Amino acid sequence: MVHFTAEEKAAITSIWDKVDLEKAGGETLGRLLIVYPWTQRFFEKFGNLSPPQAIMGNPRIRAHGKKVLTSLGLAVQNMDNLKETFAHLSELHCDKLHVDPENFKLLGNMLVIVLSSHLGKEFTAEVQAAWQKLVAAVANALSLKYH
Amino acid sequence: MALTQTDRALVLALWKKMSTNVGVYTTEALERTFVAFPSTKAYFPHLDLSPGSSQVKVHGQKVAEALTLAAHHLDDLPGSLSALSDLHAHKLGVDPANFQFFSHCLLVTLARHYPGDFSPKMHASLDRFLGLVTSALVSKYR
Repeated sequence: MVHFTAEEKAAITSIWDKVDLEKAGGETLGRLLIVYPWTQRFFEKFGNLSPPQAIMGNPRIRAHGKKVLTSLGLAVQNMDNLKETFAHLSELHCDKLHVDPENFKLLGNMLVIVLSSHLGKEFTAEVQAAWQKLVAAVANALSLKYH
Repeated sequence: MALTQTDRALVLALWKKMSTNVGVYTTEALERTFVAFPSTKAYFPHLDLSPGSSQVKVHGQKVAEALTLAAHHLDDLPGSLSALSDLHAHKLGVDPANFQFFSHCLLVTLARHYPGDFSPKMHASLDRFLGLVTSALVSKYR
């Protein structure tokens, strides 16, 4: 199980309070679909995914991005218990959604880049490191129920 | 994977904007890599990696020069990076995963310093560029 130090927890929660879930979520998911276009395979039913501007403006992508970040909020509140927190979502992503866990790493890194672009100076190397640890731990937790 | 005309234009535009500061950003990207992905430090036991280290700055400048060379030789990355590829393959033996950690941290650095320029298109073009540089660097590995 991953252990987060007090400093790491503080770095994570202080940033999280500033995040607009819909804006950051929409941007994170949108950028994932643009930078790694093969990820669009999961969103064919979401309507217009071409050209890139269509993705960033697509309201269903925004809404789904918000949903994803809301779940990440669960991680922020349960950093000591990620396995249990994400057990159900892990089953869902394996059994129903058939998402390769590699995609969780891609999304996590995308979120880190979006946070960096929004927060600027505040997103120091140490803050980034805490967030890399969190997104890696969430990606791992989401893969635990795969079979 | 190849760079489109749009990719090239965007990468070169950012390089022009960064001007003589590319080394500042590659150094910051290195610092971020060492802090966020500590396993990468394994390749630098001979360097002082503490924050603000002048040795990291020197290395950052080397990386900046290589990336700038690459940005201006997009038609022949394997050729222009051939010597560096030999070095990384036969002498340094840097596991390819580490170039991805660095590339990611460079994107984080550029997003933080140039948020207005860092559109999804620019982001995608830079990601593709760095991916091609990485491929060229590991092309001689085996």
